[in-house]
Amino acid sequence: MKIGVFICHCGSNIAATVDVLKVVESAKSMPEVVYAVNSMYTCSEPGQQAIEEAIKERGLTGVVVASCTPRMHEPTFRRTVERAGLNRYMFEMANIREHVSWVGKDKAANTAKAVDLVRMAVEKLRLDKVLIPKFIPATRKVLVIGGGVAGIQAALDCAEGGMDVVMVESEPSIGGKMSKLDKTFPTVDCSSCVLGPRMVDVAQNERIELHAYSEIASISGYVGNFDVTIRKKATYVDWDKCTGCGLCTEKCPSKKSYDRFNEGMGETTAINIPFPQAIPKKATITAASCRLLSGGKCGVCAKICTSQAVDYTQKDREITVKVGAVVAATGYDLMDWTVYGEYGAGRYPDVITSLQYERLLSASGPTGGHIRRPSDGREPKEVVFIQCVGSRDPSVGRPYCSGFCCMYTAKQAILTKDHIPDSRSYVFYMDIRSPGKGYDEFTRRAQEEYKAQYIRGRVSTVYPKGDKLVVKGVDTLVGEQVELEADLVVLAVGGEASQNAPKLAEKLRISYDGYGFFMEGHPKLKPVETNTAGVYLAGSCQGLKDIPSSVAQGSAAAAKVLGLLSKDKLESDPQTAGVDVKRCVGCRKCINVCPFGAIREVDMRGQIKAEVIEAVCQGCGLCTATCPQGAVQLSHFTDNQVLAEVEALCQS
Amino acid sequence: MEPIQLGNGDAEFIRKVEVESRQDMKKCYQCGNCAAGCPMSFTYDYTASQLIRLIQLGQRQRVLSSRAVWMCATCETCSTRCPNEIDVARVLDVCRHMARREGYAGERNVRLFADAFLQSVRMNGRAHELGLMAVFKLRTLKFFADLSLAPAMLLKGKLPFLPHRIKARNEVADIFRRFKEGRAEDAAGGKP
Amino acid sequence: MTTGKTFAYYPGCSGSGTSVEYDKSSRAVCEALGIRLVDLPDWNCCGSTPAHQVDHVLSAALSARNLAQAETLGLCETLTPCPSCLKNLHNAVEHLREPGFGARVNALVERPLTREHSVKSVLQIIYEDVTPEKVAEKVTRTLNGLKLVPYYGCLMNRPGRSMHFDDEENPQALDKLMRALGAEVLPFPLKQECCGGAMGVPDNRITSRLSGRLLEYAVSLGADAFVVACPLCQMNLDMRQAQAGDYYGRGFNLPVFYYTQLMGIALGLDKTRLGLDKLIVKPAAALAKIGRKAKEEAPAASGAGRTAEAEVEA
Repeated sequence: MKIGVFICHCGSNIAATVDVLKVVESAKSMPEVVYAVNSMYTCSEPGQQAIEEAIKERGLTGVVVASCTPRMHEPTFRRTVERAGLNRYMFEMANIREHVSWVGKDKAANTAKAVDLVRMAVEKLRLDKVLIPKFIPATRKVLVIGGGVAGIQAALDCAEGGMDVVMVESEPSIGGKMSKLDKTFPTVDCSSCVLGPRMVDVAQNERIELHAYSEIASISGYVGNFDVTIRKKATYVDWDKCTGCGLCTEKCPSKKSYDRFNEGMGETTAINIPFPQAIPKKATITAASCRLLSGGKCGVCAKICTSQAVDYTQKDREITVKVGAVVAATGYDLMDWTVYGEYGAGRYPDVITSLQYERLLSASGPTGGHIRRPSDGREPKEVVFIQCVGSRDPSVGRPYCSGFCCMYTAKQAILTKDHIPDSRSYVFYMDIRSPGKGYDEFTRRAQEEYKAQYIRGRVSTVYPKGDKLVVKGVDTLVGEQVELEADLVVLAVGGEASQNAPKLAEKLRISYDGYGFFMEGHPKLKPVETNTAGVYLAGSCQGLKDIPSSVAQGSAAAAKVLGLLSKDKLESDPQTAGVDVKRCVGCRKCINVCPFGAIREVDMRGQIKAEVIEAVCQGCGLCTATCPQGAVQLSHFTDNQVLAEVEALCQS
Repeated sequence: MEPIQLGNGDAEFIRKVEVESRQDMKKCYQCGNCAAGCPMSFTYDYTASQLIRLIQLGQRQRVLSSRAVWMCATCETCSTRCPNEIDVARVLDVCRHMARREGYAGERNVRLFADAFLQSVRMNGRAHELGLMAVFKLRTLKFFADLSLAPAMLLKGKLPFLPHRIKARNEVADIFRRFKEGRAEDAAGGKP
Repeated sequence: MTTGKTFAYYPGCSGSGTSVEYDKSSRAVCEALGIRLVDLPDWNCCGSTPAHQVDHVLSAALSARNLAQAETLGLCETLTPCPSCLKNLHNAVEHLREPGFGARVNALVERPLTREHSVKSVLQIIYEDVTPEKVAEKVTRTLNGLKLVPYYGCLMNRPGRSMHFDDEENPQALDKLMRALGAEVLPFPLKQECCGGAMGVPDNRITSRLSGRLLEYAVSLGADAFVVACPLCQMNLDMRQAQAGDYYGRGFNLPVFYYTQLMGIALGLDKTRLGLDKLIVKPAAALAKIGRKAKEEAPAASGAGRTAEAEVEA
C-alpha cells in the first residue's frame, strides 16, 4: 500500500497550537506512508487538487487527511480521492482540530496528540477494503406529517415537482396554527386570505392524498422504502358522503362542546365543522360531547343529514401506504401558562392567551371579529400585553426565546387600536426581538403610529378588583413600579414542542433535543435534513419559527425530497454490518439492540442465525459491540481496524 | 452623579456577594420581575433589579450605601418570581451584612431596632418586647410612636413587664460572643 | 394521618407575649387532633428577622441551638406555629447542608447538631397529615355564615423551591381548612402580599400603608374577618388596624383571627383555651354571624374575579 498523508493548517485554526511541520515529519516514518505534506486549507480547491495530483503522480493507494471533523468534510475528501481514481473508502480522516487544536493550548502536547491521531488513521487505513455501494429501488412518493403552513408548502412543492404526496393531519382540518390567526405581521394581511387558497390547492391537487383527523400508527422500512400505517380516527361521519352543508351543526342539541379551533373562546356543537374555510370541509362528532355516543338518546344529526353520512358505529381504522421519503412538519404547542400563579393560573377569565386573542380578533371567530371580554362581553379599553410568558424562563424549563411573540404582540397592539380606536394598549417587554425584514419598523409603527405604550419591565402580578384587573409591574427604564387597572390582559405565551413530538421522533427514528424539538442534520449546512436518511423537517417542529421561515423550510424540505427521489434507484451506504454465520450462535442480542430493526432472524438448516438487511442498516455499530462472538462485523469499522488503532496509540 | 467607571468594577465585591449568598449574579438578565413585585420598593433608592445590576458592575459603594438594602422586608416575593431562581432576598441580606461589617450608617431606625432586638435575645435568651421597645425608644428618641398601642396590649396581657429568661442564657450569650470574635478574626485575616 | 405522632414544639417568643392566644389555641387544636407536642426545653429566640439581617451564620446558630434541644428529646421533627420562626429554623437546616456553612455555625454553638432535622409549621401538619377532610369530620359547630378572608403572609410558602408547602402563588391550606369548618372563604388575591413585616417598630407608616391595602380589599369583598397563621401579620392587621385606618383616612373594624382559634370554636373546644378575649379588634360581631344563613345578606360587590375564582374552585 502506498499511503499519502495531508496535514491541514486550517489557517491558524490548527497551526496556532499544533506544530504542523513536525506532524508531517513524523508521518513520513509511519508504515507504508510514501508521501506526507502540509496544506494551508486542504478543503480548498488547490488543497483538493494537491491530493488528486499526488494520487496520480505518486501512485497512492490510500489517503489520510488530518484536519477537521469528518462530519464536516469526509464527503468532500471522499469525492476528491474518487475523482483521482481511488475507491472512496480508501480514505481516512484524523480530527486534529475539534479534538486537538480547539481544545488544548499546550503546543507540544497538541502536536504529540496530533501525531497519535494520524498514526491511528494510517493503521486503520492499512486495513481498509474497497467497498462498493449497492443500488436499491425507491418509491417516488412522500409522506408529509402535519398540515400546517410548513407541511402545506412542502406538499404543494413536492406535487409541483411531480411527486405523489400523502398528507396526514391530526386535526379535522389542515391549516395548523396559521389558520387560527387573524392577520399576519409585518404586512397585516389577512391570514386566511393568504393561507386559505393554499389549503384549497391541497384539496384540489390530484397528486395529494389527504388524511385529516389521522395519525401515524407506525413507520418501518428505510430511505426510498418506508411502510407507513396511518390510523384514521373515527369521525362518526362518512366523509365520502358528507357534503359539508353544515345542517347537522345547526341542529345538534349539544352546544357546549369545547371549541378547540377557537381555543375555548367559544363553545361549539358536538358535531361540527371547525371553521368555515376548513379543508376538508367535513363534519366530525366529538364523542365525549355527543348525547348519543355518550350513552343518551339523540340521533338528531343522523335524522337531519340529507346524504345519510352520519354513522355512529364508525371505528378507528388503519391504512398502509408505501413512501420513499418523509417530511415531518408537526408544528408546536403553546406552553401551559397556568403554571404562572402570579397571572392567576387560569382563574381569571379576562386573562387570555395571545392565540385566544387572535380568535377574538378574527371575523370568523366566536365574536365575529369584535373584541369582547370573555367575562362579560364588554369591549375592553385598557389592554395589557405581557411578553415572554413561558419564554426565556429557566424556572419553568423554558429558557429559550420563542422568537415570534414580540412581533405578534406588536401586531395585536396595532389591531386593537384598529378595532377599538379609543382603546389603549400597554406592552410589557424584556427586549424587543425583531430581526426579520421589515420587522423592527413594524414594532416602531405599533408605538409611533398606533400609540402602543411599551413598558420595559415585567408584570409581577395580575389580580381582579371589581370588574377590572389590577396589573402591577415595573418600568425598569425609570426604575419605578407601575400599576394599571386593565380590562383585558393578553399573555404572549411562548411555544413548545408538540406533546407528541418525542413519540413521533421515535417512530421516525430521528433525534430530538431536550425540549422535544427534532434535531436537524447540521445546524447550518443541513437545516431540514435529519440523521435518518429520507426523513426531513419543516417548520416549528425543528425549533420555533415564524410563518416566512416555516414556509422557507417547507420548500427546502420539498427540494430535498425531489432531489433524493429524482432517481429511480438510491445508492446505499456500504458501511453496514454483516454476519459471519459460522460464528453466529443465534443469541438474538444483536436483534434486540438494533434501533433500526435492521437485523432479522433466519433459519439456516435448523439453526437460528442473524441476518443484516443491508438497506436498513445505518452502520451505527451497536450490534458489533454487543455480539459476544465477534460474529457481526461493521465494514470499514471492523474489530481488527479498531484494535489496530488502539495498538497504534498504545505503542506510541 | 459621576459616571460609573466600568473598568473599576470591584471584582472582589462581586465574588464576596456571590460566595456569601451562594447566588450567581451573572444569571440575572435584568427582566425586572424582582423590582415589579417588591412591596417595599416605594421606600427604596435603587430598585431590587438595579441593585443586582450594580452588583454585576462591582459598584460596592453604591450598593452598600443604598437605603434599599436596609429596607428590604425579606418577604421573598423577588426570590419566588425570579425566572433565574436567584434568591434576591438572600443577596440583599448579604449586602446588609457587608454594610454593617464595613460600618455604613444605613437606615438608623432599622439598624437600631435590630440591635435592640438582638441585645434582648443576647441578655435573656429570648426577645422581650417591652424591654427592647424601651431600648429602641431611648436610642431613637421616638417616644411617642406606637405609644397609643401600649395600653390595650398591656391590658390584654400581651406585653409582659418582665422578660422570659431562659436557664442557659450563657449558651446564647456565648453564640453572640463567639460570633463577635469570629468577625474580629475575619477582619484580622485581612479580608476586606 | 398524624394522630398520636409526637413532635418537638417551638412556640416562639411572641407566643408568650403578643400572640399568646395563638400559642394557646395551637396547643388546644393539636391536642384535639391527636398531634402530640413536646415543648423544646429551655428554647431560645430564633433571632427572627433581625438575626438573619445581621448575619446568616449567627441566625443559623441561634436556630441550631434550638434544634440541638430537640435532639435532647430524641426528636428531629420540630413544629412551630410562627412562620418567622419556621423560616429561620428551616433556613438553618437548609443552609447547614451547604458546604462550609456547617463548620461556621458549629464554631458558634455549644453542641453541634448530630441529626438531619425537619421543621414544619403546625398548619402544614394539620393540612397535609391530618387533612381538611378529617378535620371536617370532627367539626361539632359549623362556622356557617362566617365570611373569611384568608391571609397567609409572605413567609410560609415562598419560595416554593425551598419551603415545599402548598402553592407558592395561591396557597390553599387556610382556604380549605376554613371551608372544612363550614365558613365561607372569599377569594383574596392579596393573600400573600406583604403586610409590612417587621417594619412596624422602625416605621409604622410602612406597615400602615401595606396592611391598609389588605384591609381595604378585604372590606371590599364583604368579609366578616381575616383569618391568619402568622403572629406578625396578626399584630400588623389587628393591633395596628387603627394606625392603618388613620393612614388611609378611614376606619376599619375587621377582627383578625388565628386559624387555630376558629378551628377551636368549630371543634367545640373550651373557649378559655382559645384566647378570643386577647384580640384587639373585638370579634363578637363576626362571631355572631355564625349560624346565620349566608344568603340572608346582600352579596357584596366583588366583581368578575371573584365569580371566576369561585367557578374554578367549584
